[in-house]
Amino acid sequence: MNNLIVLPLIIPIIVGIILVFLRPYVKWQRVISLLTMIGIAGISLFILNRVQTDGIIRLDFAGWEPPFGILFVADSFAMLLVLTASVVTGICLIHAFSSIGDKHEKMYFYPFVLFLVAGVNGSFLTGDLFNLFVCFEVMLLASYVLITLGGTKPQLRESIKYVVINVLASWFFLVALAYLYGTVGTLNMAHISERVAESGQGPLLTTISILFLVVFSLKAGLLLFFWLPGSYSVPPTAVAALFGALLTKVGIYALFRTFTLIFYHEPLISHTVIGIMAGITLIVGCIGAIAFKDVRLIVSYNVVIAVGFIMIGLAVGTETSIAGSIYYVIHDMIAKAMLFLLAGTMIYLTGKSKIDEMSGLIRNYPVFGWMFFLVTCSLAGIPPLSGFVGKILVGQGSIESGSYILLALAFISSIVVLYSLLRIFLNTIFGETIISLEDEKPMEMGMIIPIVLLGIATISLGLGAEVISSYVTDAAHTLSNPSVYIDAVMGGNK
Amino acid sequence: METLIIMLIGILVAVATYLILSRNIIRIILGTAVFSHAVHLLILTMGDLKQGNVPLLKEADAPYADALPQALILTAIVISFAVTAFILVLAYRTYQDVGTDDLDKLRGAKDE
Amino acid sequence: MKINDVILRTISRIVVFIILTFGVYLFLSGHNTPGGGFIGGLVLASAIVLLYLSTDIETVKKSLPLDFKYVAAIGVLLATSTGFGSIVFGVPFMSQTFAYFDLPIFGKTELTTVTIFEAGVALTVVGVLVTIILSISEDGG
Repeated sequence: MNNLIVLPLIIPIIVGIILVFLRPYVKWQRVISLLTMIGIAGISLFILNRVQTDGIIRLDFAGWEPPFGILFVADSFAMLLVLTASVVTGICLIHAFSSIGDKHEKMYFYPFVLFLVAGVNGSFLTGDLFNLFVCFEVMLLASYVLITLGGTKPQLRESIKYVVINVLASWFFLVALAYLYGTVGTLNMAHISERVAESGQGPLLTTISILFLVVFSLKAGLLLFFWLPGSYSVPPTAVAALFGALLTKVGIYALFRTFTLIFYHEPLISHTVIGIMAGITLIVGCIGAIAFKDVRLIVSYNVVIAVGFIMIGLAVGTETSIAGSIYYVIHDMIAKAMLFLLAGTMIYLTGKSKIDEMSGLIRNYPVFGWMFFLVTCSLAGIPPLSGFVGKILVGQGSIESGSYILLALAFISSIVVLYSLLRIFLNTIFGETIISLEDEKPMEMGMIIPIVLLGIATISLGLGAEVISSYVTDAAHTLSNPSVYIDAVMGGNK
Repeated sequence: METLIIMLIGILVAVATYLILSRNIIRIILGTAVFSHAVHLLILTMGDLKQGNVPLLKEADAPYADALPQALILTAIVISFAVTAFILVLAYRTYQDVGTDDLDKLRGAKDE
Repeated sequence: MKINDVILRTISRIVVFIILTFGVYLFLSGHNTPGGGFIGGLVLASAIVLLYLSTDIETVKKSLPLDFKYVAAIGVLLATSTGFGSIVFGVPFMSQTFAYFDLPIFGKTELTTVTIFEAGVALTVVGVLVTIILSISEDGG
């Protein structure tokens, strides 16, 4: 029985509900939510290994066989992301323990984080497009609450835009679903893929694919990222880190899934559009990352750049480049969480958010300073850190298929990332200290430990690339050969 | 019949677009609500407007309509209900704290 | 502010019970006939909202001392744990089953596990709806 693969969705929901009843007992909430995340990480690691031995696992809800019921499908790509998401959430929770504050913790912070995780994991695991919509909504509703939690003026102001944009995107998702259902008459992703392959991807289906592209781009921040920097810079640090690490990745996952599994017949149209969008995202994201002086905005624009970079892997579309993108998604979840935590801690320590108002943090907090340097190197793709493998594979894929413009853009963007983060580093962390010894806020262990943990993760992901390469190769193989996925889903009962 | 419904959907979408493009938060929320209705109708139409019985077990001997779009719409209605309720509360809180419901004045021009 | 509306208060005292009964009927019938947890829950919630409208919040709180946030939470817990039950019994997630029982008054009755799920849905709807309406109305005073 494959009930195991529904656990990453159902455990956070149930635990989250139980935490609602434990509202006054903050300590219990902390312990239980952290243990839950560790448990889910363990379960997903186990499933990931089972996928390697048994192939893709699927679970038909209530025993309705595909294409009639809804189902969960666990392949390597999904499980890698579920695993990383759980680990990153666990680490962000540790940071939240000391940074989020009592008021938030009593306003159901932990339940909503768990609901967010449930939505994210559900989106990764589902094998049904409508189910994907529902999981998206679970995730988004939790994120709406998390972004408004606290209710300061800038939060309310930014969150109302975030909510409206996402609601509109969700309805467009439904429009696209309706058209697709009207055209192919099914919502099971593998079945859609089969039917599209049978009938050929005509102009109508290509148009629908572009509608899906627009919807997922809004969610992922690919080109349509105008809402992202504002709304990612207002919530509390731990929430911002979760958003930066997880939310855009779900959109990216959906793009990869739909455009490798379903709409892969017209790469000249859809993948070219994705390539152009990724290129423009890179350029505009780079401009944004250089233009601003607010640490949170610079960091938010770095999210945008990463999205552009990952999508190049899909636009190029060779197995190598997709493998590179998968590496990079995993790396980016870890590194972006780390970057957001660092930026938030920096603001907490100094009370300022502009880079020219801070200076010399490394004198007061040496570990913190070196961790920032580490994440800068990691995001720029300096070996042996985790960003390197992804970048080199995406680059190799682009050369194989001759996409030199995207290749150039991708690597120029890496330099810009390096520049924008080094600018923060030189301005705030090097130089004369502005904090005298008396004013120095003590660095709380609860804040530096998660950052160091993420630092260890990015180093070990870089050094241990050999270990995870078998998983990534399998994930890329499944993505570039839709028949593997379709056979696993439609190929009778196991 | 399909043509008629599609035209209705078109009108609803036009209304929604007009409402969403205005500056007042409440109008925008109403716009998203109207848009969600248009989408629900679209799903129903896309599942073919069949003549037939209700898709329930008791009436199963007669030909029945496609049940899936109805299930989808029910789910979508629940979600749109939750989301709309949330934005209404959020808009109310924003109005209380910031003192305006005009999106132009909600621009985050604090330090750029 | 207290509305002194005699007609509304007199009628709502009777109507609330009719609505509640109808809500329960809708909830119970929703297996093979139109109805179900969501709709039943909405109707039940509307009865409670009518109570709030006709009297005032304080009075209702005294006679109905429920935290509706917890009602919603219990609902979700109930609904998800029925799904979880199928994991315990080793059948695919969200499986359902039903059986016929001879009950004293009702005679031969069909009891289903879906009803538990639907009860969860109904409780969730009631809890969420009333919470939202209260959260808007409480400070509007």
